[in-house]
Amino acid sequence: MIPEELKYTEEHEWVLRTGEDTVRVGITDYAQEQLGDVVFVQLPELGEQVAAGQTLGEVESTKSVSDIYAPLAGEVITRNDSLDQQPDLVNSDPYGEGWMVELRLDDPTAVDDLLDAAAYQELAAAE
Amino acid sequence: MESRRTPLHAEHEALGAMFTDFAGWRMPLRYDSELAEHHAVRTSAGLFDLTHMGEIVLTGPEAGAALDHALVGHASAIGVGRARYTMICEADGGVIDDLIVYRTGELEYLVVANASNAAVVHEALVARAKGFDTTVADKSTDYALLAVQGPKATAILEGLTPTDLATVKYYASYPTEVAGKAVLLARTGYTGEDGFELFVAPDDAAHVWQALLAAGAPHDLKPAGLGCRDTLRLEAGMPLYGNELGRDSTPFHANLGRVVKLDKPGDFIGRDALAAVAEQGPDRKLVGLKTASRRAPRHGYPVLDATGNVIGEVTSGALSPTLGYSVAMAYVAVGNTEPGTELSVDVRGKREPVEVVALPFYKRSS
Repeated sequence: MIPEELKYTEEHEWVLRTGEDTVRVGITDYAQEQLGDVVFVQLPELGEQVAAGQTLGEVESTKSVSDIYAPLAGEVITRNDSLDQQPDLVNSDPYGEGWMVELRLDDPTAVDDLLDAAAYQELAAAE
Repeated sequence: MESRRTPLHAEHEALGAMFTDFAGWRMPLRYDSELAEHHAVRTSAGLFDLTHMGEIVLTGPEAGAALDHALVGHASAIGVGRARYTMICEADGGVIDDLIVYRTGELEYLVVANASNAAVVHEALVARAKGFDTTVADKSTDYALLAVQGPKATAILEGLTPTDLATVKYYASYPTEVAGKAVLLARTGYTGEDGFELFVAPDDAAHVWQALLAAGAPHDLKPAGLGCRDTLRLEAGMPLYGNELGRDSTPFHANLGRVVKLDKPGDFIGRDALAAVAEQGPDRKLVGLKTASRRAPRHGYPVLDATGNVIGEVTSGALSPTLGYSVAMAYVAVGNTEPGTELSVDVRGKREPVEVVALPFYKRSS
């Protein structure tokens, strides 16, 4: 499942434009499928400045832990606190209730450089 | 190299399994949710394919004597039809593998080794049995191994076999039939629950698997993969070779000195080194750790004492699905092993407080 309207990274994150210079970020259905049951999500603090590719947080399944990377540079303006109590939302609704953070981008045009759904589909299929 | 597939591969594919390569085998990691599979084993039952395990058979008048020499346990003292958990060690006491030895006849033993060590154990047994009147044969390809584990295991199996399961003792094996096929039925497992392991001919494996799934359906039996097997055995405090056990530690380090039968007659490989460890006590020991956090200590993470000195290393750790907090096993220097001792684990740069607790983390109530 790869929604057409989203942008993607090679690290299996999705990016949704939510405003002029803001985006919502989560991990893809493919990523949650690979991880297995998510039991813990560590998110960054509000106000944190992140560079593109920098570690944004961690997702733990019973068997492993994976980093979440910032898809773009910006400031963390919202975090999905529901994941503290219900980390399994990442599995059950990765593109919806399982979202992770919202960022205010340093450069709003950088979104256009991310992968589109077709390119991400190709990437995930090759793995 | 292409991974080997078990005779149940098509069954796993039909059930939508996600696979993992493990010790040269393509094995089901999980079918749907490893947490759901874990809970099924604790509350109803799970069905596992364990065909990757190695089976080595010793036969002959001195099969028992050869095993007494090769292993740390007293194989020849096992009654026919019974089984023991034991280990094979190096001369220096390091663990080559942990094993279950089934005495399947007066002059016949079935040794079950970990998949990753099956070839090494076979070679070691061949070498160590030299001079004894016995043959050592790697029979791994002759067997598929299925396990039904969980409180409903007996209820699921009883309609499929003529054997009265109430008479099947823990750590015993019986040649019988299941779903009309010849099976060596053993009351053993690696989950902390009651359950059975079934050695079957590869050609019969799919038939027995399907019969168990059908009989288990009313009991909420789930096919279960290696993912939940790891969290189940961790909660039960059971060691995994490569994590808690290895050539750099002895059974005494792992709190399993009881498997070393220093008083058995005759010499055995590793005896002198193990007797010395038994007398002096190991310098580090395996302990259980519990955390207040869901952030799990993982294999290889450093364990620190209250002053921040590294005093050990985590061997296995995960969020315990049954308990709801993270648990781990770790080797720590003696002096830090008492339950209640407060330590910390460096979890990717952040110190998480942990408390030493008695193993196992989970014990079934019945």
